[in-house]
Amino acid sequence: MTDEPTTAPAQAPAPPASNQQPARRPDGRRLRQLRTAIVLPLVAVVVAFLVGSIFVYAADLIANKGALDLGKPLAAYKALIAGSLLGFGPIVDTLVAATPLVFGGLAVALGFKAGLFNIGVQGQLLMGVTASVAVGVALANQPVFIAAPLAFIAGTLAGMAMGFVPGFLKAVSGAHEVVTTIMLNYIALNILAAMVSGPLRVPKAPAPITFDVGHGALPIFLGSTGHIGIILAAIAAGVVWWVLYRTTLGFEIRTAGLNPDAARYAGMRPRRLIILTMSLSGGLAGMAGANELLGVTHKTTTSFATNVGFDSIAVALLARSNPLAVIPAALLLGAMRAGASQMQIQARIPRELVDVLQAVILLVVVALPVIIRDLGGRGARAVPAEAQTITASYAGETVRS
Amino acid sequence: MTSSPEVVHDEPVRAPALEMRGITKRYPGVVANDHIDLDVKPGEIHALLGENGAGKTTLMNILYGLARPDDGEILIDGKPAQIAGPTDAIARGINMVHQHFMLVPVLSVADNILLGEETMAGPIFIDRREAKRRIIELGQRFGFEIDPDVKVGELSVGWQQRVEILKALYRNAKVLVLDEPTAVLTPQETEEIFAVLRRLAQEGHSIVFISHKLYEVLAIADRITVIRRGKVVGSRVPSETDESDLAALMVGRDVQLVVDRGESHPGEVRVKVAGLKVRDDRGSEVVRGLDFEIRAGEIFGIAGVAGNGQDELVEAIVGLRKPAAGTVTLDGHDVTNATTRAMTNLGVGYVPADRHRFGLVLPFTVADNLVLTDYYRAPYATGIVRNDEAIVERGKRAIEEYDIRTPSATVSAGTLSGGNQQKLVVARELDGDLRLLILDQPTRGLDVGSIEFIHKQAIAKRDAGTAVLLVSAELDEVLELSDRIAVMYRGLIVDVVDGRTADRNEIGMLMATGMRQEAAVASGAAEIPA
Repeated sequence: MTDEPTTAPAQAPAPPASNQQPARRPDGRRLRQLRTAIVLPLVAVVVAFLVGSIFVYAADLIANKGALDLGKPLAAYKALIAGSLLGFGPIVDTLVAATPLVFGGLAVALGFKAGLFNIGVQGQLLMGVTASVAVGVALANQPVFIAAPLAFIAGTLAGMAMGFVPGFLKAVSGAHEVVTTIMLNYIALNILAAMVSGPLRVPKAPAPITFDVGHGALPIFLGSTGHIGIILAAIAAGVVWWVLYRTTLGFEIRTAGLNPDAARYAGMRPRRLIILTMSLSGGLAGMAGANELLGVTHKTTTSFATNVGFDSIAVALLARSNPLAVIPAALLLGAMRAGASQMQIQARIPRELVDVLQAVILLVVVALPVIIRDLGGRGARAVPAEAQTITASYAGETVRS
Repeated sequence: MTSSPEVVHDEPVRAPALEMRGITKRYPGVVANDHIDLDVKPGEIHALLGENGAGKTTLMNILYGLARPDDGEILIDGKPAQIAGPTDAIARGINMVHQHFMLVPVLSVADNILLGEETMAGPIFIDRREAKRRIIELGQRFGFEIDPDVKVGELSVGWQQRVEILKALYRNAKVLVLDEPTAVLTPQETEEIFAVLRRLAQEGHSIVFISHKLYEVLAIADRITVIRRGKVVGSRVPSETDESDLAALMVGRDVQLVVDRGESHPGEVRVKVAGLKVRDDRGSEVVRGLDFEIRAGEIFGIAGVAGNGQDELVEAIVGLRKPAAGTVTLDGHDVTNATTRAMTNLGVGYVPADRHRFGLVLPFTVADNLVLTDYYRAPYATGIVRNDEAIVERGKRAIEEYDIRTPSATVSAGTLSGGNQQKLVVARELDGDLRLLILDQPTRGLDVGSIEFIHKQAIAKRDAGTAVLLVSAELDEVLELSDRIAVMYRGLIVDVVDGRTADRNEIGMLMATGMRQEAAVASGAAEIPA
């Protein structure tokens, strides 16, 4: 009350910050942060595997007409791990599956850092797919070192353009980015379909499909599928981290994200920052699209089958929006995607189980700190800023702890 | 100084209405309450005095059931009581009036009082008529008549507080806890609320009065308990103590309560505001045509009850808000539409009223907050690349110079106490040669030690030839520091007086009514400032 005039009395009382005794040693704080950063995802994974077991039993019971195999979940998870981690092939599969999630996760994380919830990564990604297939096909017979970079850059720029729109709308009219990006996702979906059924369509093909990008494809350097997008993604994570924490622009983005009023007070220009951040975020999403098209599929039908745009939100949340932590988070989800086929083949468990696992992991990581806070437990204030951005999106105003 | 309260009251022995014994509450790394004993007798006003962070809030949260003590017990009328939550506390006759009122502005007085108590009236329907009758009756009994049908939003702050008190009385409160009740009141309103409290005490109610304002505590309390760093450091009766004694107890050292402002030597006109009109966020004109000048080397104070356009005025001057009309001139240059960054570069320091909203990014480190306005400049950045070493260096220098109590420059600002957070803002804004320094509520919610420090800094800047604009709802602060005082009322300056000869009551009347006493009495406006 006297020390925190804005605190409603219903909240858990804060330990009085004392002038005289520094309450916490800084290294103790860092240790706790590290603990939450590592322990929480681990707990989440364990809980997910436990909850997943229920679904495994259920699926098994139906498939085997009532005969219960107690060891089934273990067999399923074994196959999942074998298919993603055991051996060179599986590891490359995991890396390839994780790569678009790194780009997408960075896109969402960057938005979160600026207090923006970019739920439109999927749409920006599809624009990236559209532009890179167009440029890739056009340059299919040019040398690789010309075709591939240009196609990749085209995808990036298309994603940026698609990210610019909600940023601009928010800056000039205050339209909420959650609403506009969701709507733009549909627009992107149909732009891709229109392009593939129209100008990009292979003539006389029975169903709309594009040509192969040929030399526009990202070169393979690892096994039979490991393309250089893997390296680009790692570099992107480093660059985003550097921009956020080592440049004045990053300082402005983080200030605007944590306290827009203070950003205004400090002479920053929040509107410009919103447009810039959404564009950069869209660019990263566009890279995810270019990466998938140029590195994996090389061509596309009217519907580019991917869920990367939405899984990216999970990655960013798991990583607590830390650009470097995006890499392990993406690897975790990527491994599950990569191992899903083997699980389906060997253990006869539907691959959709990994969606269940992913959802449970997310619930634990995002919801647990909030639940702990509401129960007034210790470490109660550590509600991640991303969670606040999301709740704020629905509550319509910024929640500050 | 003793660690346990001395028994100083020698009334006939009555069981205390409320007694807290050996209350201990530990948080990680800090003992918020360390075996605190506190008792209130029926009909007694007991003041709880302490700096921010001393543990007053924790103690009252424990009493109200919002926190569980690690040790100790609470006795009500001599019997041990378990209080699990506010509902329990209210059921046992303990009520709290919070610093920030818990009222719904669009509801009537009666509805606000009934809120949460609907069940008391009848099984299904609320018996409004009966409720209104009781509200009027209660008001009469304690010397203030109130219309139960008036919407709370239409009442002045002083009357809103009375509604809060009525709410407690309606629920048959025996023990009333008031948390910093005068923070938002004018001196006159404070006097009126004190009268109400005395009346309540006469009727046998017990009152716990939480404050860090010394003169108020001396004026109202029967007994004063001082806590510091979670411990009771002394207990006093007003007749046997004075402000410096209490301040020393509270802070643990001798404190200069009124800083020596010395002579001021105003120079040329530095700032000129002419015909300034400013709208608030909702578009209504809250600054309605202001003209004033501030000279180099003088402190120009603006007194006024919070919400009379002061914040908007200041925001317009620093460039956070576009004026609707008028001009602002600094050193002869028109800066009416200058951006905040341009103003900073022209040598304008600005300590905002709400440090959490404007002044700080709490999750950022102390060092990052210190460069919040010049992060983009050498030596803190080379091109777009931040120079962490220089930033941390800046942090260390400010921590040293301004005595900011923090473990290091790299902990987040949110871990600092309110006083130290404010010192952080002051350190940033007072750095370097300033042409104009704007202090908006610079000491709100701070303890006497920090207030003394910030006042001294303001005077040092004045002596260095800076023009200082001081806006404060704290009349004493304006009186102690200002060379000239303007009183703002409903968006206008109603009077400008000499700061050294100004009369406290005179200004209080101007703040409350916009008129001098004679005029106010004549027009009857003194009654209910809406």
